[in-house]
Amino acid sequence: MSIEAVAAVRPADRAGRPMDAFRSNKLAALGLLLLASIMALAALAPLISWHDPAIQDVVHKLGRPSLSHIFGTDEFGRDIWARTIFGARVSLMIGFASTALAVLIGSCIGILAGWYGGRLDTFVMQVMDVLLAFPSLILGMIVVAMLGPSVSNIVLAIALTSIPPFARIARAPTIAIKSRDFVDACRSFGFSTPRILLGHVLPNIVAEILVMAALWLANAIRTEASLAFVGLGLKPPIATWGGMIREGFDNILDNPWLALVPGTAVLVVIFALNLLGDGLRDAVDPRLKDAT
Amino acid sequence: MSGAIGPHRVLSVAGLTTSFRSNRQWRPVVSDLSFHLDQRETLAIVGESGSGKSMTALSLMGLVTAANGRVEGEAVLNGRDLLKLFEPEMRKVRGNELAMIFQEPMTSLNPVMRIGAQIAESLHYHRGADWGAARIEALRLLDLVRIPDSGRRLDDYPHQFSGGMRQRVMIAMALACRPKLLIADEPTTALDVTVQAEILELMKELQREQGMALLFITHDMGVVAEIADRVLVMWRGNKVEEAPVRELFAAPQANYTRALIGAVPRLGAMRGEANPRRFTVIDPIDGRSVATEAETPPVTDTAPLLEVAQLTTRYPITSGILGQVSARVHAVENVSFSLRRGETLALVGESGCGKSTAGRTILRLIEPTSGVIRFDGQDIARLDQHQLKAIRPKLQMIFQDPYASLDPRQPVGRAITEPMRVHGMATAADAMDRAAAALVKVGLDPAMAQRLPHEFSGGQRQRIAIARALALGPKLIVADEAVSALDVSVKAQILNLMLDLQSEFGLSYLFISHDMAVVERFSHRVAVMYMGEIVEIGPRRAVIGNPQHPYTRRLLDAVPIADPSVRRRMRSRLAGQELPSPIRPPGYTPPERIWRTVDEGHFVQDVA
Amino acid sequence: MLVYLIRRTGLALITGLAVLTLVFCVVRILPGKPSHVILGDFASQAAIDALDKRIGLDRPIPVQYLDFMGKAVTGNWGVSMVTDRPVIAEILSVLPWTLELTLAALLIGVATGIPLGVLAALKRNRAADNVIRVVSLVGLSFPAFVSAVLLLLIFAIELGWTPVISAKTGSFKAWAQSLALPAINLGLINAAYITRVTRSAMLEVLHADYIRTARAKGVPWYAVVWRHALGNAMLPIVTVIGLFLGILIGNSVLTEIVFNRPGLGKLIVGALSQRDYTMLQGLMVIYTLLVVAVNVLTDLVYGLVDPRVEIR
Repeated sequence: MSIEAVAAVRPADRAGRPMDAFRSNKLAALGLLLLASIMALAALAPLISWHDPAIQDVVHKLGRPSLSHIFGTDEFGRDIWARTIFGARVSLMIGFASTALAVLIGSCIGILAGWYGGRLDTFVMQVMDVLLAFPSLILGMIVVAMLGPSVSNIVLAIALTSIPPFARIARAPTIAIKSRDFVDACRSFGFSTPRILLGHVLPNIVAEILVMAALWLANAIRTEASLAFVGLGLKPPIATWGGMIREGFDNILDNPWLALVPGTAVLVVIFALNLLGDGLRDAVDPRLKDAT
Repeated sequence: MSGAIGPHRVLSVAGLTTSFRSNRQWRPVVSDLSFHLDQRETLAIVGESGSGKSMTALSLMGLVTAANGRVEGEAVLNGRDLLKLFEPEMRKVRGNELAMIFQEPMTSLNPVMRIGAQIAESLHYHRGADWGAARIEALRLLDLVRIPDSGRRLDDYPHQFSGGMRQRVMIAMALACRPKLLIADEPTTALDVTVQAEILELMKELQREQGMALLFITHDMGVVAEIADRVLVMWRGNKVEEAPVRELFAAPQANYTRALIGAVPRLGAMRGEANPRRFTVIDPIDGRSVATEAETPPVTDTAPLLEVAQLTTRYPITSGILGQVSARVHAVENVSFSLRRGETLALVGESGCGKSTAGRTILRLIEPTSGVIRFDGQDIARLDQHQLKAIRPKLQMIFQDPYASLDPRQPVGRAITEPMRVHGMATAADAMDRAAAALVKVGLDPAMAQRLPHEFSGGQRQRIAIARALALGPKLIVADEAVSALDVSVKAQILNLMLDLQSEFGLSYLFISHDMAVVERFSHRVAVMYMGEIVEIGPRRAVIGNPQHPYTRRLLDAVPIADPSVRRRMRSRLAGQELPSPIRPPGYTPPERIWRTVDEGHFVQDVA
Repeated sequence: MLVYLIRRTGLALITGLAVLTLVFCVVRILPGKPSHVILGDFASQAAIDALDKRIGLDRPIPVQYLDFMGKAVTGNWGVSMVTDRPVIAEILSVLPWTLELTLAALLIGVATGIPLGVLAALKRNRAADNVIRVVSLVGLSFPAFVSAVLLLLIFAIELGWTPVISAKTGSFKAWAQSLALPAINLGLINAAYITRVTRSAMLEVLHADYIRTARAKGVPWYAVVWRHALGNAMLPIVTVIGLFLGILIGNSVLTEIVFNRPGLGKLIVGALSQRDYTMLQGLMVIYTLLVVAVNVLTDLVYGLVDPRVEIR
């Protein structure tokens, strides 16, 4: 068996393994490429959609792919391709906004909790654990249902469930770095706490946070689509992938394309982000390959 | 060395070459190594980091991967060439005729498996013993390695043992199938010096009883002198010299060997000398003497720069949901000493004695529970952070781990200038100049200021740390095991640098260390710590030459001396007391200590 | 061990109470008074007040809190505003369906994920590993409802192997057929996560010193993997499986909707769309209980597997 290949000894492991870094960079590059393509499509949506996503054409409803509608039409006769790329805008925008919000707030909480430790740390992490304990999708559903499905509310709901993981992700390395000698050296020089946190702690953990951000962006988009699927997304005539899949599901016996096209789209985006995040993680810390 | 291979020859290695592939090139880490080993013989392979000594052991064991590692040559063990065996055959040899023990006892045992089962494994897989019979044999082996209460401990887990005990368990595991050859890769490096002495004694005795050959890998010349019959010196993958142990120490032939032996201090060599001595540094390639053993000038100042009185640092331990204090760690208890300008006071002791905590408390990196720290006339224990900031430049610290004391993302030039800028000591341009000057002073090229820490070696990083401390113009430097993580030759160079700086700038050092031989050479005065308290303090000549406290004696007794002509008498083989930890119940007040004056400046705690 | 369990159960209960408090706050502190939202913008103030009184929203907050907590703990979860039946009865009638699905998914996930993860770790960077990594990455990139719709399309509609509405009971065959697709949907996504975490845990463990020791003793490879590696890798794997429960529950909601299965998922979506306030509260309490129960179970398993736990 190949156990000796895995468990054998290599010298200077600290130097990293060039082959692995190369491969993981390729994966990350592929993910980035896919993501960039979709972002480009979304940005250029008005130019490449050929049909207005909101115009209804009930005569041609639930049509199969044809020359004028390359992916067919939905139950109101709207062009599926147009709605899909406009839906990309919604998903990407909500995804980025909620992830950015969660990264900022969560990292601050995590770094401060990790740095100060003691009662503050215990209290904050208990609160984070409580938030984490509840299934995130259901919490998101409840928040959106209560507040109403607007862009800002959906962003808020997703950000709320994303903050605890980022707090954890920022806290763990902060605690590890806090006990390292160079931080003690900074304190022995009389550096102020802000200087140490911003100048010495943050630069050393920002890479891990960014990796998590890429992976979590995938999750945010997935949650947005899930919310739209259960009817808690942006209301029509705005096109959302989740909403389209819902309509497609309702009409699945008539025209499967309605569900398949946005379904593929959301799958590709999430997969691209996972590739990117994985590749980044391997590059940042080869020792932790695929630690979930 | 010559002669027919008789029944007593256990191992015969010829042309061993181990290479690894990186960037499509094969780089050898062991080159053309040849040696032999007979029954009942101990061969020590000694070298610094990167010498290939550990790789040699792993190559013999067949633990080097085939994917990007390659082992060539011949290694005959009892008539069979190990390097030609396929994995299934080799597996039958490992743990059976050939056994190995490793450096880190804390991580080398499976944490979720009982140690009885781990010992019994070899017997089960090699001898076909059923688990019951193997267990009985495991019990006998635990007795063999002198673990007390073996019956009960058979079912314990590794985390229930201390470091020294775990190493005994490792030895028991290795000896289970009565191997012909035991390879020991730095088995005592991670242990305290008193524990190390016991383990070495145990290994010597087991070798006598079992009759096996011992291949002992180490970087510690003192251990070599204690345990080896013959010595093989390695440098950068090559054999540099091989000789019987007395010959090697008395008359080393190769330049590298002379450099190595010259750099190693021998405990007892400073007997009768008052002041520290620089280390001999010999260039390993051409044998030139780079630094000589010059004596350093004596300390003339009488006024103390630092006065510590009744310093106490305690940590609470909380448990339970509400976080009540269940116990306290008395890390530093009632410590008092003074230090003059230009003087070096060593704080020595083993792990957990509180020396590191004491050093950090003096710098206020840890808050003292009580006591006075009078530095330059001011009690700095009472100052708030703002007032403290003004004092900081004068009180600096150098840390143990050269890889952890520099911010990995900061260019080293910036690491040196940042503190200067924070204290307003220099403008931006000025600071760069001063940083460059500091780098030159510690022997580095100022053009390297742009580089990141990982581009430097351990010794170079330690120089950078010294430059960083120096740039602030300190009066006192606390060196917390500052050279312990460095190779022998680098250690000598850094210590020489520190002595030079001391002469030039009148620096005082608080030298925290566990290495008695280095301390003997480097310090003016010595304080011995045990369980958070100082048990003996005085001039180095007095404390080391005439130790009074039983712990001091035990400590000095355990230190391996790098001189084979001074072989130790037999020490106790029993597993002695592992170092207790100074954890006390809350509300515990330590008993009143009585001090006895032995000589001028030499005080010892009276043992009741 | 017993002490450890009692402590962990106590902590879990406290967490549970904290989550219930969170639930209480979420519903009340958010803007948009529930009665207003339920009755709509054109309701008269009198109607709103009447509904407030009926739900109990006219009382001061601390009273409401105590009332809520008391009722939650004793099982008196009120009456559904839509069906007029007791909330707890509604929940208990569908709970077995959800539990059955979740359990089946967990089994599929563990039975598939752990062996694949171990295989990927042992064959690191070779063909098998790369395939497994890519496949598991694709697997967890599927939102649960997308994969559910896909499975439904292929197996129920096109091929007709399973019913479109997965709620049949009666014979074993009917039960199995109706459980199959939803369980596979949830189970495979679960398996993707478990594969990845198993792989990384095994890789981490295989580089540990004690593995080198085991090899140096000449222990055969199967014993090294089984007794030494997997034994230690199980610790982080169990922890992560416990953490992923939240995701599993969320995915089960989506799966139940797509396959039209009775369960908590359909119940909660219905309660949200119809503003069935009391039902919502009851559902959140049951979710909290489920999470607490799983946390305690995870701790129990951890305590059995890790000997160091006893000493703490």
